[in-house]
Amino acid sequence: MSRIELQHIDKFYGENHVLRDINLTIEDGDFMTLLGPSGCGKTTTLRVISGLEKPQNGVMMMGDRVIIDAEKAFYEAPSKRNLNLVFQSYALWPHMTAFENVAFGLQIKKLSKHDIEERVMSALHKMRIEEFRNRYPNELSGGQQQRVAIARAIATSPKLLLLDEPLSNLDARLRIDMRAELKRLHRETGTTIIYVTHDQVEALTMSTKIALFKKGEIAQVGTPLELYTNPIDLAAADFIGNPRINFIDGKALFDGSELRVTSELGEYRFPKTAMKTDEEYPENKEFDCVLGIRPEMVEIETEEGEAGHSVQATVYASQPAGSETLISLTVGKAEFLAIQIGLNEYDINQNVFAILHPSRMNVYNKETGRLIKYASAKRLKAR
Amino acid sequence: MPNRKQLKHKHPFSWERFKNQFRNVIGNPFNVIVMFSLILLFSLIVIPLFTMIGNTFSVAKAELRNIPGAQIGDFTLFYWKYLLASPLTSAILWEPLLHSLTIGFFVTLISVPLGASLAWLMVRSDIPGKKLLGMLIIIPYMIPSWCKALSWLAVFRNSTSGSLGLLTGLGLAVPDWLAYGPFAIICVMTMHYYAFSYIMVSGSLRSVNSELEEMGEIQGANKIQILRKITFPLVLPAVLSAAIMTISKSIGSYGVAANLGNRISYYVLATRMKEFINDSPKGVGYAMSILMILLASGTIFANQKMVGVRKSYATIGGKGTRSNLMHIGHAKYPLLVMIALFLVVAMVMPTFVLVMESFQIYTGGGYGLENLSLYAWIGTLDKAPLESYAYNGIFRNTEFVRALLNTVKLSIIASILTAFCGQFFGYISTRGRGKWYGRLTEQFVFIPYLMPGVAFSAIYFAMFSQPRLGGIIPSLYGTFMLILLVSIVKHFPFASRSGSANMMQISVELEEAADIAGASFWRRIRRIVIPLAKNGFISGFMLVFISIAKELDLIVILMTPANYTLSFLAFEYSKSLMPQCADAIAIIILLFILVCYRIANAFGADIGKSWG
Repeated sequence: MSRIELQHIDKFYGENHVLRDINLTIEDGDFMTLLGPSGCGKTTTLRVISGLEKPQNGVMMMGDRVIIDAEKAFYEAPSKRNLNLVFQSYALWPHMTAFENVAFGLQIKKLSKHDIEERVMSALHKMRIEEFRNRYPNELSGGQQQRVAIARAIATSPKLLLLDEPLSNLDARLRIDMRAELKRLHRETGTTIIYVTHDQVEALTMSTKIALFKKGEIAQVGTPLELYTNPIDLAAADFIGNPRINFIDGKALFDGSELRVTSELGEYRFPKTAMKTDEEYPENKEFDCVLGIRPEMVEIETEEGEAGHSVQATVYASQPAGSETLISLTVGKAEFLAIQIGLNEYDINQNVFAILHPSRMNVYNKETGRLIKYASAKRLKAR
Repeated sequence: MPNRKQLKHKHPFSWERFKNQFRNVIGNPFNVIVMFSLILLFSLIVIPLFTMIGNTFSVAKAELRNIPGAQIGDFTLFYWKYLLASPLTSAILWEPLLHSLTIGFFVTLISVPLGASLAWLMVRSDIPGKKLLGMLIIIPYMIPSWCKALSWLAVFRNSTSGSLGLLTGLGLAVPDWLAYGPFAIICVMTMHYYAFSYIMVSGSLRSVNSELEEMGEIQGANKIQILRKITFPLVLPAVLSAAIMTISKSIGSYGVAANLGNRISYYVLATRMKEFINDSPKGVGYAMSILMILLASGTIFANQKMVGVRKSYATIGGKGTRSNLMHIGHAKYPLLVMIALFLVVAMVMPTFVLVMESFQIYTGGGYGLENLSLYAWIGTLDKAPLESYAYNGIFRNTEFVRALLNTVKLSIIASILTAFCGQFFGYISTRGRGKWYGRLTEQFVFIPYLMPGVAFSAIYFAMFSQPRLGGIIPSLYGTFMLILLVSIVKHFPFASRSGSANMMQISVELEEAADIAGASFWRRIRRIVIPLAKNGFISGFMLVFISIAKELDLIVILMTPANYTLSFLAFEYSKSLMPQCADAIAIIILLFILVCYRIANAFGADIGKSWG
């Protein structure tokens, strides 16, 4: 099979413009996650791909095959797109057993009874639920229903598997199990997967690529690491990462070779090579900017070390949580959060030194909200 | 670029685009069904309505001699003038209108508070014996209102009718004003429509979380204050709706008013209208039915304006919220006794008298063995105990047998078709929620609901009492077909609402999942929708079935002897000197209805969802 291309897809519900010029390419074998808050168009995009919604504008290709050509009012039927969909609600047919649910699509394809049996059992086996094959959906737990839904979707060996928030109805533990399950499934079958979620942890842990949605548009497409280290704008930075990224207001001046940022944390100079070249920002004129610093990038020392970029801070509060400790710090008027692995004790109002790594900081133009300086994704030297 | 994102893009015309669009629309059976349904609804509801309105403005053959120089079909205001501005106006319009309004007013005034209080006691208080009482309170709603009128007559009939009732037989002089006319009509209708308020208000009360009341208690309010300041305002929309619906229904009701009013020439709009339509000038009858429709739909729209949403007079389903009962302490037992007495007077007694009367030789002649016989059931004229008897006992009466067959035939065919259409309309309006065709279907289907049964059949009478479409549709008057048609269409609103409720439970995603698996539309319907809709379909079917089986108002205008149904036959017999046979038929219908409700219940039907 082949890559899937969405070109200039627009979708309206009445006057409501829910998808705005969506362009997206999904390579063969990708695990592409459509990520975004609710109501941003990610599920609609999935439904457009599946054929359940017809966009008013745009083209969709699967390899060389035209699937959607809105100009010619051509929309391939969902069943001819060689894909399958797992619904958020699972949409298991309540009057059929697990076996019958999985077998339905194969019966429609008029496979022989023997083939159907074989393929259903193999799908159930893959999802490790063979023993529940004669149960009705209401006799299964949420996690088991989920597995039946996935088994039903993979039984027809689709080239493309669409998953619409499949884990959102599961409890926290099952969710982690199912994440592992889906990742294995992707690896074993090699099927292209498009996965919709609002949970950035799911997106970061499972995907090969993430498309970040914002108000009906795609804000950014990239690998999880790219999205995490260099969110394209303030909203994206705010959305991705838990605990959320620290924003610190500052003043920036770009003189053509170097970006100088002054804030409560002091002054930082960033070389031109780290800057995003296709963004707008004034030259030789001071402008408002925002520094983005991930909490895990902040190191805390109790004594001033010889390393540079250390700044004296006051502990505002400390929250030990077993595997990690969250420390709120203040420097002047600026407040930010640091996270440390393991249990650490700090007193309230204790003075500490925060070591910040300028190369790991993002800088955003406050006026446009856009990223102007990349953070480096290289591993920090081990301490 | 930003513009492109803002504006809807108009695609240039091309044949390929047109071909694909055409294929998208026609190739989807759903669209075809929608189109077919809309055409069907339009021609069965909108066209007949406008035909009748047109009839009130055009000269009919019967009036040629009254309107000099006119041709058949000429435009005329004769009928409206006759109705609204002629010397007869006060007798044919104002007086019946006043009667209708008086009856509507008093029925509402009594039945709504009665039903609402009963609902509160049954839902929110700790009165004992709820399960039994709850069932008994609802039974009157299952009994057709004209049956109740027969019971009333069995008790109060006096010499004006020829045969005596229970009280006259005991030697009590029953005056006409008590036996017949407004007082009797109001009492009988109240006994019917209180259950209506009961069902609506108890539904609403059930959805009120008792924590709201408990919060009031914590704030220090006493029980009366809680009731007045918290509970009552919360169920007020339901109470208002019940009031409006009761007015609308009691104004439009025919059977009770005809049974209890016609004997002393006490006419209401519905009975007056029927006289005009079956005699002449028919145009005046049509004009009156338009007035009735305006009156009934006006009140319903007023209700929507006041209460807001159309759904508000649906009984609101329980949300399963926690509900703690209110302790009514020592008032418990006196109230229980009152309810029990009420039930005896309203239900047990009349039914008992009705049953006993069917066994009596002389009505009003007491229950001594010498006055009892099985004649009304199985007697034959040659062995009749009285010379005045006009018919065989019902089981030996060919008229009865024919009416029974007619009723069964009508009920079965009509309710199957109605329930089937209802499921489809429900499917269209739920799947087309928010789309134009979904809304249009809902609106079309809703129209018959706005019309009283008699007025609705007047429309069909106007439409089909002469050949239409140049003879392609022959005159249907006097045919089973016409009665079938009117029964089906009148029950569309109810059936499609039960269909919508049913389809609402079947998530669209279940179908979409099958769509993706490659199942065609019909296969989806067959494999997914029908199996899941089965129980809802059967319960909807049973409720329509019962409603059609007991219907009188709707068919009374269209009746010809060959098509008599049981309820119409009972109505005819009750006017004769032999009410025993009418009683026997009423009992048969009662038994039949109770059995059907039991069956419907087994399929999860909720009597609260049926319309009286």
